Amino acid sequence: MALLEVNDLMVSFDTPEGVVHAVNGLSFDLEPGQTLGIVGESGSGKTQTAMAMMGLLSENGSASGSVQFRGQELLELSTRELSRIRGSKISMIFQDPVSSLNPYLSIGDQLVEVLTHHRDLKRKAARKRAAEMLHQVGISEPGQRMRQYPHQLSGGMCQRIMIAMGLLCQPDLLIADEPTTALDVTVQSQINTLMGELSEKSSTAIMLITHDLGVIAGLCDKVLVMYAGEVMETADIDSLFADPAHPYTQGLLKSVPRLDKAHSGILSAIPGNPPDLVDLPEGCPFRARCPHAFDKCIEHPDLFDAGEGRHKRCWLDELPPLEEEAEQEEHA
Amino acid sequence: MLNYSLKRLASAIPTLLILITVAFFLIRIAPGGPFDSEKGLPAEIEANLEAKYQLDDPLVIQYFRYLGDIARFDFGPSFHYRDWTVNQLIAQGAPVSFTLGGIALILAFVVGTLIGVWAALKQNSLSDYLTMSVAMIGISIPNFVAAPLLILLFAIALGWLPAGGWDGSIQRMVLPAIALSLPMIAYVARITRGSMIEVLHSSFIRTARAKGMPEHEVLLRHALKPALLPVISYLGPAAAAILTGSVVIERIFTIPGIGSHFVQGALNRDYTLVMGVVIFYGVLIIALNYLVDLLYAWLDPRIRYDR
Repeated sequence: MALLEVNDLMVSFDTPEGVVHAVNGLSFDLEPGQTLGIVGESGSGKTQTAMAMMGLLSENGSASGSVQFRGQELLELSTRELSRIRGSKISMIFQDPVSSLNPYLSIGDQLVEVLTHHRDLKRKAARKRAAEMLHQVGISEPGQRMRQYPHQLSGGMCQRIMIAMGLLCQPDLLIADEPTTALDVTVQSQINTLMGELSEKSSTAIMLITHDLGVIAGLCDKVLVMYAGEVMETADIDSLFADPAHPYTQGLLKSVPRLDKAHSGILSAIPGNPPDLVDLPEGCPFRARCPHAFDKCIEHPDLFDAGEGRHKRCWLDELPPLEEEAEQEEHA
Repeated sequence: MLNYSLKRLASAIPTLLILITVAFFLIRIAPGGPFDSEKGLPAEIEANLEAKYQLDDPLVIQYFRYLGDIARFDFGPSFHYRDWTVNQLIAQGAPVSFTLGGIALILAFVVGTLIGVWAALKQNSLSDYLTMSVAMIGISIPNFVAAPLLILLFAIALGWLPAGGWDGSIQRMVLPAIALSLPMIAYVARITRGSMIEVLHSSFIRTARAKGMPEHEVLLRHALKPALLPVISYLGPAAAAILTGSVVIERIFTIPGIGSHFVQGALNRDYTLVMGVVIFYGVLIIALNYLVDLLYAWLDPRIRYDR
């Protein structure tokens, strides 16, 4: 049985400007221990997917569809029932580690309360376990760190602590929402390596949300490309990078700066902006920015089976390969 | 922490000195003197009186002599209540004023915080709007209006409570304490609501929820402390409001506190009494602000470790 089965998930927000459709019929599943990358631009609904799963949508938000976790429907649970799963079976870490930690409580207190709450441990036992966990995420002198407060630690250190906090109860799933975006590059790679190691060692599945395909490449088994709250393409990591099947994925890959290729000095970008989520366009949501758009794109494409366990939401049967296209552009 | 508290304590001395200086010269600038009366005294008697109270020396000399006196905690004799020293008058009125002000302050913070948290949790509901509208009215009504209305309702129309006087009994404290704390309850409720809403939307509250903390623990353990910081910083101004408020309230309810000495002293040009009360109030406000700073440092680790 899959660990997580998301079916036709819709998330919308009531705002003064109208109803914002953040996630529109998202479906995917995740096997135990698997690492899934969810990639897309800002506003593509990545974070809100995770928030809806955790029951952490803001007050004006609502979710429909189905999120089955080990056969349990998460969207139907009460806050009380959800709070037994959060932090224990499913953990989540966030983009800005420093402000995600409570500045008024010591690191130790914030770690210990997870264990005393979910595992009924006594304080002393919980402190011992927390210190072990800090050691595992590569924090030296855990005892001293636990007496400190978030503002005394670096961003990288805080994210390590957040990861430790997330893994304290050995959850089945860790949702990491842009865990390295707020950190500088060297720290980013340390945190990514750490998450890779931990996911190999434990049986925790990871759902990694990011806009950075580079991060995905190093960590994930499977990738889900999101645009305007919909899946554009799903594939295993190697085939996605070798042969992107959707023009949007191509665009994302092209906009990753590469050191091993000579280029004209201008970074490639996808022209235009994501669609207005209040007033979604008809047909394919990527139509307006797609270099290959044609008449058929006025109809909304389904998520087609593209073979080898891959899926894509595009009317085109074949895409010109990435390399050739780049060369063509250079000639033109 | 010790270093920080000592530093803050030292900075109180110049503040107090400035307060004393300004008050000393201001009251002397005011027209009239302590021995003026409707009949007018013969010039010789007035001269004798001034000599007795050493008011005939140059002002600057009087100023420095006064500084010397108060350094020994001697606030001099009252010019109006001839058999009393200022120390005695303050010692007599202070416990009454302290009791009344203390009750009002506690009432304001406890009730105000509770209302504020409740409104924050019910944000944008009818009860939230209703509470906050009532609070706005509470802030807008000065206590010299609220106090007579309270007397009218509870003492005269309903006859539940005495209309004034002071004997240390709870019944006589209720109305003046409420009248004194009413605007502050409203103010504290509004501050609490605002900061609570802000804190509940912060990232670390989201983290607390994401790690499965039950809602009451999110509220009490994670949100309340930061939400109370702005409320605590209001403690200083609140103390000042209590003092100025008590001047009015003590008169309306005929309470023998130091507030009435202050008004009476100013009207009588009772220089030493006015100065005594001003310094007393000043020390009180400085002390409360000092307490606020210490509380702040204790509550917020970021302040604690900076210095």
